Amino acid sequence: MISLTIPCAREELADVAAGDSVLLSGTLHSARDAAHARFAETIAAGGQLPFDMRDQVIYFVGPTPARPGRAIGSAGPTTASRMDPYSPLLIERGLAGMIGKGRRSPEVKASMLEHGCVYFGAIEGTAALLARCVTHSETIAYEDLGSEAVRRMQVTDFPVMVVNDLAGGDLYEQGPAQWRRTR
Amino acid sequence: MPPPPVAEPRHVDVAVVKDRVRELCISANHELRHDHLQAIARAVERERSSVGREVLCRLLENAEVSRSDRVAFCQDTGYAVVFLDVGQDVRFVGGDLNTAIDEGVAEGYREGFLRASLVRSPVDRRNTGDNTPAFVYVNLVPGDGVRLTLLVKGAGCDNMSALRMLTPAEGVGAMKEFVVETIERAGPSASPPVTVGIGLGGTFERAALLAKRALTRPSGEPHPDPEIAALEQELLEAINATGIGPAGFGGTVTAFAVHVETFPTHIAAFPVAINLDCHSHRVREIEL
Repeated sequence: MISLTIPCAREELADVAAGDSVLLSGTLHSARDAAHARFAETIAAGGQLPFDMRDQVIYFVGPTPARPGRAIGSAGPTTASRMDPYSPLLIERGLAGMIGKGRRSPEVKASMLEHGCVYFGAIEGTAALLARCVTHSETIAYEDLGSEAVRRMQVTDFPVMVVNDLAGGDLYEQGPAQWRRTR
Repeated sequence: MPPPPVAEPRHVDVAVVKDRVRELCISANHELRHDHLQAIARAVERERSSVGREVLCRLLENAEVSRSDRVAFCQDTGYAVVFLDVGQDVRFVGGDLNTAIDEGVAEGYREGFLRASLVRSPVDRRNTGDNTPAFVYVNLVPGDGVRLTLLVKGAGCDNMSALRMLTPAEGVGAMKEFVVETIERAGPSASPPVTVGIGLGGTFERAALLAKRALTRPSGEPHPDPEIAALEQELLEAINATGIGPAGFGGTVTAFAVHVETFPTHIAAFPVAINLDCHSHRVREIEL
């Protein structure tokens, strides 16, 4: 099992390959549809993003409300393709990784290869398990968006699979191809 | 001659409906139903990919944790779809039925620490704050019973659903192709293994409703008509031959079950609706 600490220099990501199981520890930033729309507006207006993208990992998640005494509610990944129109803007600014579920567009994959960004898949439907890996969470921007606000989360051994690596590998193509039966 | 006796309507207090809806919203989101847990356990036996088996075991582990921690097993606690089969001899008393259902949803989502995931309009996208409104479908039936079926539906898999108006000449063959094409297009985004609800026939809107209702059948229970049951089995095998597998990481179990419902249709028409439900399959059914 491979372990990575986030933030993570892009050079360290060169060794992970599509299909690898990885445990992430350190800092993750949550952002999904509405937060990404605001990132794009901010960039278009020449403003400052709520955090520096360099070497960071964005987790596409909108958690449930936390029970008292808990760091976070249930927190599984949402469909990444809805963030496709925005992701290249962040990858260009140094984003090292993204966590979600589902395929990315050719444009996003090209941007990831060009700049050196890895896409990780987490298992949706394991939101209660994943929440146990989150030790701390604080909202750092867009509080008015509720569940869609940007959070800085501290995680320990957060389990993901490498979907798109820096060599062009794609688990969502390679995995099913191994098991497809022609009809 | 005296008029024939008229049956007294059975009174059902909407406060009872509200309470049941509240309880069901919480239990549906915190506890994966027994038949679906069994479907996952059977899939562990059937899945040939080791990565796929690991994903399925994680789902079972997650169900244990959500039950013991009393948290949602999926963060997308979805929208509340309520099917009400109402006996025509029933009268709802004590207030407005739709308001009572919405209050039940709002209380359940608040008390169960569930996510408010609805916006009041797709145009302005402002969150309603309490996960209302519910999506209520009332069906009048004979008698004085009330059956309430709650389906908690995530958007990831609803987004991957599809409807097509085929022609009679395209027929059953094109329908099967359309089903597999929809599953391939959805791939990992619908959070496989999925439950597939298919509505065949009716009208444009009836086909979609049939597909959604089909999801509420106990997991894997075959259609009573043997011809339709055989079609369900054939489609399930074709879907599992795609190799998409659990979480889309590759494997032999892409769907747990295919449920088909049919309805009479026009001589010119062959409506087909396909509604996907992710592996967090949340259904509750009660009699009031």
